[in-house]
Amino acid sequence: MGKITNEELLSKIGAQFNDKVTTIGEPFGLLTLETTREHIIDVLTYLKNDPTLQFIYLTDITAIHYPEQEKAIGIIYHLHSLVHNTRIRLKVFLTDGDVHIPTATVLWNGANWMERETYDFFGVIFDGHPDLRRILNVDDMTAHPMRKEFPLEDPNRVDKKDYFFGR
Amino acid sequence: MQNHPVFTDNDPQSELSTLNLGPTHPATHGVFQNVLQLDGERIVSGVSTIGYIHRAFEKIAEHRPFYQITPLTDRLNYCSSPINNMGWHMTVEKLLGIETPKRVDYLRVIVMELARIADHIVCNGVLGVDTGAFTGFLYMMEYREAIYEIYEEVCGSRLTTNIGRIGGFERNFNTIAFSKLRKFLKDFPVTLKEFESLFNRNRIFIDRTRDVAAVTAEEALSYSWSGPLLRAAGVDYDVRAMEPYSSYDDFEFEVPVGTNGDVYNRFLVRNEEMWQSLRLIEQALVKLEKEPSDIFHADVPDFYLPPKEDVYNNMEALIYHFKIVMGEVPTPTTEVYHAVEGANGELGFYLVNDGGRSPYRLHFRRPSFINYQMYAPMSRGMLLSDAIINMSSLNVIAGELDA
Repeated sequence: MGKITNEELLSKIGAQFNDKVTTIGEPFGLLTLETTREHIIDVLTYLKNDPTLQFIYLTDITAIHYPEQEKAIGIIYHLHSLVHNTRIRLKVFLTDGDVHIPTATVLWNGANWMERETYDFFGVIFDGHPDLRRILNVDDMTAHPMRKEFPLEDPNRVDKKDYFFGR
Repeated sequence: MQNHPVFTDNDPQSELSTLNLGPTHPATHGVFQNVLQLDGERIVSGVSTIGYIHRAFEKIAEHRPFYQITPLTDRLNYCSSPINNMGWHMTVEKLLGIETPKRVDYLRVIVMELARIADHIVCNGVLGVDTGAFTGFLYMMEYREAIYEIYEEVCGSRLTTNIGRIGGFERNFNTIAFSKLRKFLKDFPVTLKEFESLFNRNRIFIDRTRDVAAVTAEEALSYSWSGPLLRAAGVDYDVRAMEPYSSYDDFEFEVPVGTNGDVYNRFLVRNEEMWQSLRLIEQALVKLEKEPSDIFHADVPDFYLPPKEDVYNNMEALIYHFKIVMGEVPTPTTEVYHAVEGANGELGFYLVNDGGRSPYRLHFRRPSFINYQMYAPMSRGMLLSDAIINMSSLNVIAGELDA
């Protein structure tokens, strides 16, 4: 079966969810949508179970941190419809300090570690996750190191300041 | 640590024994820990702990220009570094809108397929070792060496290759590389055939592997498995065929598919993939004859470093060199996801760019990380010795697991 075009995908999702899902863009042909945490599981369930779409494959869950934005933490889902060979990207933005989002482990077992990794590095709390622990970092670490405020190196070092490199 | 066992029951008849499998156990081929609860030899439950070689690549990548991220990708799946390197180059090329010449694509196919063979040699060879057959491993390992020698001719290094550049290769393939490649293509099929005849119909091997750790297609998809593991479970998902990159659509190849996803199926799928890789390399060599032999990179002076002698003698080259090294070339503000078929499955690069000299955010979709999470759940009820060969057939590479 052929690829689903982005217009077709948009009209289907639009008919189902109206203004609960907004379009961010289509960078490199990959339709990118935004929704809220109240609706993310509904949207994911619809995409997975709708017989004409069948986004049954969860490619990835990750997050991104924009400290300047009011909604600073973005959670990014990549889904793949293997039948139609179509990908879609979903984003949910959350306010820092209230980074709760329902877990996708109810839909995919594979979401388990992806969400643990996201929790580990960004502090996103996936409500309902069966085992939300750190996964790559040590258990007694307090910071969430992929946030932008976490320094890569010891900030007291003086030999690697940007101005030495003309930046 | 959270995984230390708590003993609540002191009755020796019913008490389970706890076994720390790893972090450094010879049978795990890498640094993974599994705390297993055993009832005799049968696994009752297990907890996987990973992260022993976490090196914060995603964080480091946010502080490095694009071309300096390639050496980080080497160290993901270090058994097939060139695929990671190429995947990263292609991600950046997609971001920057660089079209690579056909010859570059074909050379890349050669290098990537060699890497796939090298990876499968290790995986299937070690699977033999874990089932008690050392011979096959030794026969095959010789050819991994041959592949590493080809890498050496192409890029100068063997394991962590840092092969190629954004836009192509840093230098052209020399004649020694091609003659080594031809020798490899002549010799390796003989050994691979021999290897298959050692294992494929071997009663002991089949008894050890058939129906061990069988996985249904639904389970595999639910756990987002990819690569040979998913194909062994009967799903014909191969990124090379579904979303051809690097001109894979110019080639004829088949995607081998298994039936029940057990260890034996995975072994057969990997073996067949090696044959297909050989086919791809042979086709690429034929296609290369029609391409101009002096082209090995795209004409993108904004991103491809000029040759050093030009930098010293030519003003324009010096300017480009300076601009590239200082990161003064504007890049588009957008996001891109690019996936390649790594030796273990879909290796994805999710790159968010803000127009600066380094990525705003880079995320690696690492197939080993995602494949491995089923290990503890699927080990329940399994014999310990089966769990060991299950692990080696998952081909979890610690570098790719932890990033």
